[in-house]
Amino acid sequence: MLTVLFDGLAYGMLLFVLAVGLSVTLGLMNFINLAHGAFAMAGGYIAVVMMQRFGLSLFWGLPVAFLVTAAAGAFLERTLYVRLYDKPHLEQVMFTIGLVFMSVAGVDYFMGASPQIVNVPDALDGNIDIGDVSLNKYRLFVIAFCAILTIALQLGLSKTRFGSRLRAAVDDARVARGLGINVTTIFALTFAFGSGLAGLGGALGSAIFSLDPQFPLKFMIYFLVVIAVGGTTTITGPFFASILLGVADVAGKYYTPNIGGHKIQIGGFVIYTIMVLVLIFRPQGLFGRAQGK
Amino acid sequence: MNAKITRRHTLAALALAATALSPFAAHAEDVVKVGVILPMTGPSASTGREIAAAIKLFQEQKGDKAGGKKVEVIIKDDTGVADITKRLAQELVVNDKAAVIAGFGLTPLALAAAPIATQAKVPAVVMAAGTAIITEASPYIVRTSFTLPQNTMPIAQWAVKNGIKKVVTLVSDYGPGIDAEKTFVATIKENGGQVLESLRSPLKNPEFAPFLQKAKDLKPDALFLFVPSGQGAALMKQVSERDFAKEGIKVIGTGDVTDDEQLNNMGDAVLGMITSHNYSADHDSPENKAYVAAFEKANPGLRPNFMSVGGYDGMALIYAALDKTKGDTDGTKLVEAMKGMSWTSPRGPISIDPETRDIIQNVYIRKVEKKNGQLYNVEFETMANIKDPFKAAKAAKK
Repeated sequence: MLTVLFDGLAYGMLLFVLAVGLSVTLGLMNFINLAHGAFAMAGGYIAVVMMQRFGLSLFWGLPVAFLVTAAAGAFLERTLYVRLYDKPHLEQVMFTIGLVFMSVAGVDYFMGASPQIVNVPDALDGNIDIGDVSLNKYRLFVIAFCAILTIALQLGLSKTRFGSRLRAAVDDARVARGLGINVTTIFALTFAFGSGLAGLGGALGSAIFSLDPQFPLKFMIYFLVVIAVGGTTTITGPFFASILLGVADVAGKYYTPNIGGHKIQIGGFVIYTIMVLVLIFRPQGLFGRAQGK
Repeated sequence: MNAKITRRHTLAALALAATALSPFAAHAEDVVKVGVILPMTGPSASTGREIAAAIKLFQEQKGDKAGGKKVEVIIKDDTGVADITKRLAQELVVNDKAAVIAGFGLTPLALAAAPIATQAKVPAVVMAAGTAIITEASPYIVRTSFTLPQNTMPIAQWAVKNGIKKVVTLVSDYGPGIDAEKTFVATIKENGGQVLESLRSPLKNPEFAPFLQKAKDLKPDALFLFVPSGQGAALMKQVSERDFAKEGIKVIGTGDVTDDEQLNNMGDAVLGMITSHNYSADHDSPENKAYVAAFEKANPGLRPNFMSVGGYDGMALIYAALDKTKGDTDGTKLVEAMKGMSWTSPRGPISIDPETRDIIQNVYIRKVEKKNGQLYNVEFETMANIKDPFKAAKAAKK
């Protein structure tokens, strides 16, 4: 039971790091970036290349994955995304889904279609036994790492000057500009940071689930569910939504109820049921504020 | 929708029949086209690449002549989507006038092409897909890969012999997985064993953790695993995380899990794992040594797996059938020629069952060991000439 909770927590934390960037671009910048998963995949593959080709440990892979995907995010934002900010949502969706397919085909071509294997650093390999519960060290590390990251993000957004500028820019870009805030730069930095987080999540996650070129498509659904359930206006919303979904998903797969002699595999649709219920009763998301504008 | 498709196929078949009868076709073309449909991209691309490499190797070794004709192979990519397989099969038969279609990386893909084979009377050689019922979908389907019941029964018997009483099964939730589960469960139960739980994970599942945890908590003597080629590494990584050995739980499975193509990347965690399968790159025979050497030379960094050998033998079967009909490409005659054919493949002696058109082959029990710094499935027991148990049981009932 506790192990299920623990695995769910680790899974949820990972989902959060992967999806939080999307929540920022969607909620704060009002831009639908379905290609978010492509950045996560890029981060994962960067970690893989670092480890397999250069023999470095995952500890080095994580910061590099973050920096490189953030740089890639900044570059794409400046060259491509910036042209689509004021376009209708449908165009943004078409554009970013196109990017997803390009990334899938590109990675398939250069890295091959088979899943990549990431070996966990020796220090994090194995389990720790606490009483009856045996906890995997790497998952423990993921939980701790993501928890610190979440607190840092929340503080960064609410307490720093950059955070308040960003919120101002989002609330009313014109007035913010009038007050001398460089809105364009702030958006670019935010986008890059969100992409970097996705890359970091991809690198962290690559050691837990399989990393293959289909990654952005497989996880797109999960990202969107997290955003739909958590709402997009806060950091805490997607955070709790991710945890909820991670635990529900793992627990749903663990407990297969037996109805009339048939095994019912509820695991697959627990999270979708949650999403539907949330959307019916709280369309703005569990933790979202009602739409202001 | 069905009616529409059937009519289109009938038309296709009629068009074919018309060309066959027309005087122009009597020129007896000297080229025999073999249309191979494989997933060359997408999630099952590794299957396609292995088979395509094996086909190329076969033609380099044996030349392109069979039955006095030139054999031309056309490879098409269906990306692993059944609708595309069906369309490509139709195009190959109608436009390219393929005399034989082959390939089929996954069960749904083989089943999608079956009606085309039946209506156009074109042999379809299944080189990869492994669900038992496939050969029943059309009298023109012949298989050179394996069936899941065939590969599963031996490991179940091995488990019984080695004192394993309580088991948990975990398979991918689709045709072959269910075949494997049913066969394993039936064999264990027949021998007085106990199946604590049969778990099925979705085919596209990034997280095996909850299923594995469940299996561990049930404390069986052994956990039986099946996932399709390509997913083994991801599964085994999560298996090693759970430390089953410490609880005294043996992890066993079919050889799909310890797929030769990925085995080396799985790390020492898989050392000692016992599986049963129809092919290992380590199989000790002169034919296999030559095959592996030639394959690895032509494809640096790629080890031939069971998919590749299905493709290699599929080509061998097509060549032999053409030799037997002396170049006659009539589909019915070709299938007749294939029935009962037997030869020595890199995997050992194999033959085509004349009743079911399915493959009869040895299945080996293997253990993952380290040889010259590389991981291999080392065979230590042979179960000779296994017929597909699923169809054998059916025949026995009749």
